[in-house]
Amino acid sequence: MLIDFFLHLKARKLPVSTKEFLTLLEGLQAGLGEHSMEDFYFLARTSLVKDETHFDRFDQAFGEYFKGIEQIPGLEVDLPEEWLKAMMQKHLSPEEKAKLEKLGWDKLMEEFKKRLQEQKGRHQGGSKWVGTGGTSPFGNNGYNPEGIRVGGESSGNRTAVKVWDQREYRNLDDSVELGTRNIKVALRRLRRFARLGAPDELDLDGTIAATARNAGYLDLLMRPERHNAVKVLIFFDVGGSMDDHVKVCEELFSACRTEFKHMEYFYFHNCVYDNVWRDSSRRHSDRTPLADVMHKYGPDYKLIFVGDATMSPYEILQPNGSIEYSNTEAGAVWLRRLADAYPSMAWLNPEPERTWDYRQSIGIIRKILGEQMFPLTLDGLTRAITHLSRKR
Amino acid sequence: MRFEGAENYVTTPDLKLAVNAAIRLQRPLLIKGEPGTGKTMLAEEVAAALGMPLMQWHIKSTTKAQQGLYEYDAVSRLRDSQLGDDKVKDIGNYIVKGTLWQAFEADEPTVVLIDEIDKADIEFPNDLLRELDRMEFYVYETRQLVKARHRPIVFITSNNEKELPDAFLRRCFFHYIKFPDRDTMQKIVDVHFPGIKQALLKEALEVFFGLREVPGLKKKPSTSELIDWLKLLVAEEIPVEALRSPDQKASIPPLHGALLKNEQDMHLFERLVFMAQRNR
Repeated sequence: MLIDFFLHLKARKLPVSTKEFLTLLEGLQAGLGEHSMEDFYFLARTSLVKDETHFDRFDQAFGEYFKGIEQIPGLEVDLPEEWLKAMMQKHLSPEEKAKLEKLGWDKLMEEFKKRLQEQKGRHQGGSKWVGTGGTSPFGNNGYNPEGIRVGGESSGNRTAVKVWDQREYRNLDDSVELGTRNIKVALRRLRRFARLGAPDELDLDGTIAATARNAGYLDLLMRPERHNAVKVLIFFDVGGSMDDHVKVCEELFSACRTEFKHMEYFYFHNCVYDNVWRDSSRRHSDRTPLADVMHKYGPDYKLIFVGDATMSPYEILQPNGSIEYSNTEAGAVWLRRLADAYPSMAWLNPEPERTWDYRQSIGIIRKILGEQMFPLTLDGLTRAITHLSRKR
Repeated sequence: MRFEGAENYVTTPDLKLAVNAAIRLQRPLLIKGEPGTGKTMLAEEVAAALGMPLMQWHIKSTTKAQQGLYEYDAVSRLRDSQLGDDKVKDIGNYIVKGTLWQAFEADEPTVVLIDEIDKADIEFPNDLLRELDRMEFYVYETRQLVKARHRPIVFITSNNEKELPDAFLRRCFFHYIKFPDRDTMQKIVDVHFPGIKQALLKEALEVFFGLREVPGLKKKPSTSELIDWLKLLVAEEIPVEALRSPDQKASIPPLHGALLKNEQDMHLFERLVFMAQRNR
C-alpha cells in the first residue's frame, strides 16, 4: 500500500531508491513506526531521506500524500496580496487584462484565495509557488490563457534593462547525478597530479636503490602521496536569462564538485561587478568583494565562467549599468581585471554557438576575454579543458 | 534492545526513533549537524545506556578504509627478517587489527563510532560498503574471512565537508541533529547544570541566542560552546547583573571568548557593539 507513497516521493523529485523503501518496510515490520503517525514520519524520513537539504521537500510531499495530517512543518502558504497584484498586473497583456475585466479582478482574486485555502499543503516547491506545471488557472508553467502566473519568469523579454521583481535565486542544486558522467570524464582531463603533503607512502624504487647502495641493509624511503593539484575558481551566473540553462549548469556543477580538491565557486548575475556571492539565497546580505576573491585565490587558480553572457550591452560597458544596483565601475573593467589576474581562464556558454553572433553582449565579452568562450556541450567542454590545461 | 534516552544527553523523539531503527534493523546510522551539537556524544551515550563497549575510529584526511579492518605491517616484518627473528615466518604476526575487526570479533555486541567520515578521501565510504553491509571482510595475507559474531551498532558522523556517495547513503539511516530550540536547550543545560540559578540561565540563554543572531559570524556558537561558557560563568561566580544590561547590543558579555572562537568573529562582534554604543 505504501508503493503509491514511494512513487509520490519519486514524482516529487526526491532521490529515493528501492533499497531504502524496502528498509522502510522492514522497519515497519519490526514494529518501529507503529505507535503514531509521527513515529511513522520519523521512520520514513530517517530511512528515505539522506540529505537535510531535502527535508523540506520531503515534509511537503509527505503532507501532500497523507492529507489530513496536521502540523507537518513547512507547508504554510504566505503570499502578500500587494505582491500578487503587482505580479499579475505585470504579467498580463492588454488583451488579457480586458479578458480579466470580464471575469472581474476581485472575483478572480477571491477564487484564487479560495483555491489556495483548499489546496493548503498541496502546492509544490517552496513558499512562493502556488503550484507548477498544472492546467489550473493558478500556478506557474500552466497553459490556461486566463491563468495567473505566480512567481514566473520575466516575461521572456531578454533585453529588459531593469528586472523589477527581486527573485530569490535558487541555490544550484548539485544532486543531479544523471548525465553528468560525460562531463566528469571531460573534466577529469584537467586533473594534474603532484606529490604534496606528508611523506607517508613507501617509495619502492627509491628504497631498492638506497638499500642496494647501503650494501643490502635496508634503507626505507618515503614520499608524499599524489594528490590532484588543480585549483579551480568557478563563477556561475544565476537568475534572469540563465534560468533556461539551470539544468545543464546543475549537471556541470555536480560533476565539478567531486572532481577537484580545491574548487571555489561564486555566483554572479549577468555580469561581474564589485561583488559576488557564495550562497544565492543570502545574496543580499552575504557578499564577497570581487577584489578579495582575486587577492585570496592566486593566479594558479584556473578561472571558469559559466554564463550565457546574454544581457543588454549597457550592463557590460556602462558604469551604473547593472540591473541591480549602481556600480561605479563598468562590468567590462572587472572582466578585464579578472582576465589579467588569471592567465588560465575559460567562459562556458550554454547558449548554442551558432547564436553567439546575434547577441551583441556575447560579442563584447568575447572581445574582452580574447576568444576564450566555449559552448557548454561535451565538445565545447573538451575544448575548454584543453585550453585550460595548456601550460603557460 | 531499545534505546530510551540517556541521563546526560537530551534526545528528541525523532533522534530516538532513528537510533532504534538503526539498532533494530542493524544498519549504520549517519548523523549530521552543526559542529558542537553532540554528534560524537550520541554514540558514547548510546553505548553507555545500553551497557555496550564503544569502539571509536577517528577519521583523518590520511585515513584509509583498510586501516579500519587491518594493516599489514610490512616494514617491521622486513626489519625482523634482516635481524633473523623467528617471528617472521608467520605473516599473522604482522597483521594489526583495526577497529572494525576488533568489533567484529568481540564476544558481545559493540557500538562502533566512525567519527567525521567526511574528513577522509572521497572514495573512503565506497571502500567500506561491503564491510558495513555484510559485516565481513577478507584478509588477503592470511586468506581468512573475518565475520562479525555480533553485528555492531554503527554510528557515523559527518560535518558535511564532502559529499558522501549515494550507494553508501542508501545503506544507512540518516539523522540531522538540528540546532536545539530554546526549550530543548533549557533541557540540555538542566542536564549539565542541575543546580544552576534560573535567573542566570535565562539571561545567559538570552545572550547566547542573541549572539547566534549576529549576521555574518563565521562560526556560530553551538551547544558545546554554551556549556563551556556556562561552566566558566558558574566557576567565576559571575553575577546575573553582569549579563543583564539595559541594551543587549551595546555590551560585550563576560568571558565571551568561550563563545566566539575566531578572531574575525571577535572583531566583527566588537565592532558591532562599538557601533551600537556610539549610536546610543
